[in-house]
Amino acid sequence: MVANSVLHVADVHKSFGGLKALSDVDLNVEEGTTHAIIGPNGAGKSTLLNVCVGRIRPDSGHVVFNGEVLDNHTPFEINQLGVSRVFQTPEIFSDLTLLDNVMIPAFASRDGAFSLRPFSKLRHEAAIREEAEKTLADVGLEVMKDREAASLSRGDKRRLELAMCLIQHPKLLLLDEPTAGMSRHDTNRTVDLLKTIKERGMTKVIIEHDMHVVFSLADKISVLAQGRIIASGTPDEIKGNPKVQEAYLGGAH
Amino acid sequence: MKQMLNREPFALAAFSLVILLMPIWLTPFGANYPDLLQKFAIFAIFAMGFNILFGLTGYLSFGHAAFLGVGSYAAVWSFKLFTMNVLPAIVFGVAFAGIFALAIGYVSLRRSGIYFSILTLAFAQMSYNLAYSVLTPITNGETGLQLTLQDPRIIDNAFSTPGAGLPETNLFGIDMSGYPGFYFCAVVLIICFFITRRIFNSPFGLTLRGVKSNQNRMGYTGINTRPYTLAAFVISGMFAGLAGSLLAVTDPLAGAERMQWTASGEVVLMTILGGVGTLVGPMLGAWLIKYLENIFSSFNENTLEHFFSFLPEGLQAIAVDVSSLFVGEGWHLTLGVLFMLIVIFLPGGLMEGWRRLLRRFSGGGGGKSEPAVAVQPAE
Ligand SMILES: Nc1ncnc2c1ncn2[C@@H]1O[C@H](COP(=O)(O)OP(=O)(O)OP(=O)(O)O)[C@@H](O)[C@H]1O
Ligand SMILES: [Mg+2]
Repeated sequence: MVANSVLHVADVHKSFGGLKALSDVDLNVEEGTTHAIIGPNGAGKSTLLNVCVGRIRPDSGHVVFNGEVLDNHTPFEINQLGVSRVFQTPEIFSDLTLLDNVMIPAFASRDGAFSLRPFSKLRHEAAIREEAEKTLADVGLEVMKDREAASLSRGDKRRLELAMCLIQHPKLLLLDEPTAGMSRHDTNRTVDLLKTIKERGMTKVIIEHDMHVVFSLADKISVLAQGRIIASGTPDEIKGNPKVQEAYLGGAH
Repeated sequence: MKQMLNREPFALAAFSLVILLMPIWLTPFGANYPDLLQKFAIFAIFAMGFNILFGLTGYLSFGHAAFLGVGSYAAVWSFKLFTMNVLPAIVFGVAFAGIFALAIGYVSLRRSGIYFSILTLAFAQMSYNLAYSVLTPITNGETGLQLTLQDPRIIDNAFSTPGAGLPETNLFGIDMSGYPGFYFCAVVLIICFFITRRIFNSPFGLTLRGVKSNQNRMGYTGINTRPYTLAAFVISGMFAGLAGSLLAVTDPLAGAERMQWTASGEVVLMTILGGVGTLVGPMLGAWLIKYLENIFSSFNENTLEHFFSFLPEGLQAIAVDVSSLFVGEGWHLTLGVLFMLIVIFLPGGLMEGWRRLLRRFSGGGGGKSEPAVAVQPAE
């Protein structure tokens, strides 16, 4: 295990019935880096993130975050440790306004997993509201802050979910295809935003099909195919790897 | 609700005015007599509390009448054992309902959706049956719990010798029957409105709305939803207990039928009719149901014959036969029809009707001027 590793996935196996979704997966994500995971459809990429956030328990193996073994942690405990996630299909509060969507995670970060103050006033939470507005501005949604989240386009929902994660200032941000469904323009914007976050030192794991996005963000890339990591390395190493070419061009189908 | 201006004093003043003046503005509706007014206030509290659970978290309890019943029993016992003063009675009613809700909520909230509803229903029916069987020493079974001349009433009797008849419930000497009883319930309702409004406009309330909207996301957002839903469950159980104790305050007896599933169902109807998740909708629903119940259940064959006397004899008989299905004991049929109409044409309840009206008259832009919070996922 690497000294400054934030996330360490150790020898994880997971099967669904007869299907081996993850076998023998080892992954090290170093502090402050952006680690991309690529691979064909059904390779097990989302399953890997599910294991990391406690949605799915591995059949064997462990996930270690910042030195803490996450064997028995529930999703909310893992989030409280500093892991936020953008899902492949946006998980947002559809019938609340964008501002409310972003304020809920802000309260969760500030007040912890539970805080019973039924009489404190939202009106008095100016600091949280300001930060929520600023975060919405960061992802380019501030003009719509009073709109209901259900009315957003698919790409905008993704950006909203990104804002919901960013306002938590997570130590580790997991992104499952954050630009899918976005226009070229919005994709570029999101890439720029993710680059700025990187300058702030946030560690990220990003699943992405868009190679342009991958190569403009990633410090390291791991390639997953049929539940196995078949290659791991710097972008240049991955580009030149024959096994990767094979997985993408023929082997996977 | 995001404006920086503090609307709280204004909302409270307006609400208090409407409630305290009910005896006046309900006169044209023929609903200005104390018994009915008391019911308006009490069931408004019941529905308002129910809405804190159902409207904010989306958890639909089918057993809230159990807490109503517990509140009534606790209040009557307070009258029997300690004093006819109503304050201890409502404190006991709220406290016992709260404890009861904590236990039932703790178990039921392990499930969500329909399973949660069934669990609450099962617990309430269990309480109902126990009240008729094992618990008869506490509930006095089918007769119901009543005041008797032999009651110890230790606090009252320490200060004065008991009179000949059964004593009246009172608030430091003011009898709690008739209009004073209504005004007492009205003040409690105003306090409940204040509490509910605060909850709606707090980060806590926002979190509860998040649970309703996407419980899954809440987990990945670092929120432990269980204690939040349990808190909402207990708070709404306490509101129900409060309503139950007020029923005993205005009429000091308690029977198990108060815990029956039909009573649990009624508060669901009230909330949906008025507007789930809105601040005042459930109260309006409670008023509508209690008002119509009062009218329709008082009709009988004679009043119907009189009403249809302008028709020729054969037609009159038919009209009376058909309409008598919908009145008296059969008034629930009317309620059912009304409920269907509202759910089909106004799924957001009376409050949605109100918003639609506002929008029509303000030419599209309006509809936001209510302190209430819209909850339906937009038309
Ligand atoms: N909860 C589950 N139950 C059963 N099978 C599952 C479950 N989750 C994932 N799978 C299966 O595991 C395999 C890997 O799925 P996963 O979602 O991880 O793929 P992916 O790499 O994210 O693919 P995509 O690029 O399409 O998102 C798929 O065959 C999928 O059908
Ligand atoms: Mg996936």
